[in-house]
Amino acid sequence: MAQHARAFSYSLGQLWRARAATLMTAAVIGIALALPTALYLVLEHAQQVSAGWKGGAQVTLLLKQEVSDEAARTLAIRLRAWPALTEVRAISRAEALEEFRRLSGFGAALDALDENPLPAVLVLQLTAGQEDAERLLAKVRALPEVELAEFDEQWLKRLHAIMAVIERAVQLLALLLAAAVLFIVGNTLRLAVQSRSDEIEVSKLIGASDAFIRRPFLYSGMWHGALGGVCAWVMVSLALWLLHGPVQRLAALYQSDFSLSGLGFTLTLWLVAAGAVLGLLGAWLSVGRHLANIEPA
Amino acid sequence: MILFNHVSKRHPGGFEALREVSFELARGEMAFLTGHSGAGKSTVLRLIALLERASFGQIVVNGQSLSGVTRRGLPKLRRSIGMVFQNHKLLHDRTVFDNVALPLVIAGLSRDDTARRVHAALDKVGLLSKERAYPVMLSGGEQQRVGIARAVVHKPPLLLADEPTGNLDPELSREVMALFQEFNQFGVSVLVATHDLELIRHLPHRTLTLKDGQLVADSATP
Repeated sequence: MAQHARAFSYSLGQLWRARAATLMTAAVIGIALALPTALYLVLEHAQQVSAGWKGGAQVTLLLKQEVSDEAARTLAIRLRAWPALTEVRAISRAEALEEFRRLSGFGAALDALDENPLPAVLVLQLTAGQEDAERLLAKVRALPEVELAEFDEQWLKRLHAIMAVIERAVQLLALLLAAAVLFIVGNTLRLAVQSRSDEIEVSKLIGASDAFIRRPFLYSGMWHGALGGVCAWVMVSLALWLLHGPVQRLAALYQSDFSLSGLGFTLTLWLVAAGAVLGLLGAWLSVGRHLANIEPA
Repeated sequence: MILFNHVSKRHPGGFEALREVSFELARGEMAFLTGHSGAGKSTVLRLIALLERASFGQIVVNGQSLSGVTRRGLPKLRRSIGMVFQNHKLLHDRTVFDNVALPLVIAGLSRDDTARRVHAALDKVGLLSKERAYPVMLSGGEQQRVGIARAVVHKPPLLLADEPTGNLDPELSREVMALFQEFNQFGVSVLVATHDLELIRHLPHRTLTLKDGQLVADSATP
């Protein structure tokens, strides 16, 4: 225990004495960790945005202009009796106008029109696992009141598929960059072992065990990795801070209350811990091999 | 303390460094190992500390057969031996105190015990005032005494010295030998390899003479 404490503080002292080199290594590790973290945040935000849109199969019926709100409601009641539909929501022409005004950002343009250009709308929720959705679509298209009937979810499915691809790519990238961190730490410690070969040789002569000699290097690797995690946190936080204003403006243009959320406490902890574990692992893989090469002669 | 039983050492190139060497060093005994350079003195010491392994024969150190010592057991064996080298093997980026403290740090002693024993060892070799100095600031003789302090600070039962006076003038050499004798009086077994016959001629200790890897004379068995 006392030996661990000694190796712990000794390795810290070594890092401090070579703080420029330490910082440089930590920055490189930081970049390697910051990249997947940033991409992960992008995905997180994309999912957060798209979560507002339901993934279930949905059909939107645009009714003909001459169909009144009253007639639309009657049609909705009729459709609710269909077993293939779980829900039918009627949107009156006035409601449609209001929603369009709210979501599109073209409110001023609408005000210029003296008549509501929008038709009444029915939103149909299909029962889950609806196989013959196409047949249902054909059936509602044949209704005399219906101008246009379209699947809503097609593009949403595509978006989710694209996001799944990106997510997998981010995971692969994270794996690659984790390997990069291992190599960075391994190489840094290989040099550290070489530069202290005299000390290692004498220690072995005097009867130091391999574990004793390895310990400060392992701690050193852990510190490098953890510092790299902190560097990554700084980089990502800085990027988020720089993006905050533009994103806010973009969101405002879409009249959305979307905003960037930063790295939470848990994510920060994960980042630093991941750095520390990778650093320790890199040190473990490198140091043992290079220590074995230094034997008293 | 040390038993060599028909020990031979053949190097990979085929060169035979030791041939059929047998001797025994009793517990608490002090002896010199002499011969020309290349006669095998260093090899004997290196075999005892397991810096090399014997090709044939049996070596027993401190009651333990060296053929049974695994790589994991090496540190424990070396901790029971104090070693002094001709080129001191001090760490030049550490103070005298830190150099001498190294064996105690490895053994895991507390800070207080370490300081106490380092001071005692430095006092014994007369360098207590230099504890904060770095090795390069010391003379050759002083550096060698730091090396000796480091070799005895953890109180090993066996002390090995390889040409400890190789770089010292006769006056300093006598001082170093006197130190070894002093440790021997405290019960430490001492084996010193040296080619300086002039220095040891008047010392009342056993002398083992090696020639071309063979033990050709032992003053204990004329």
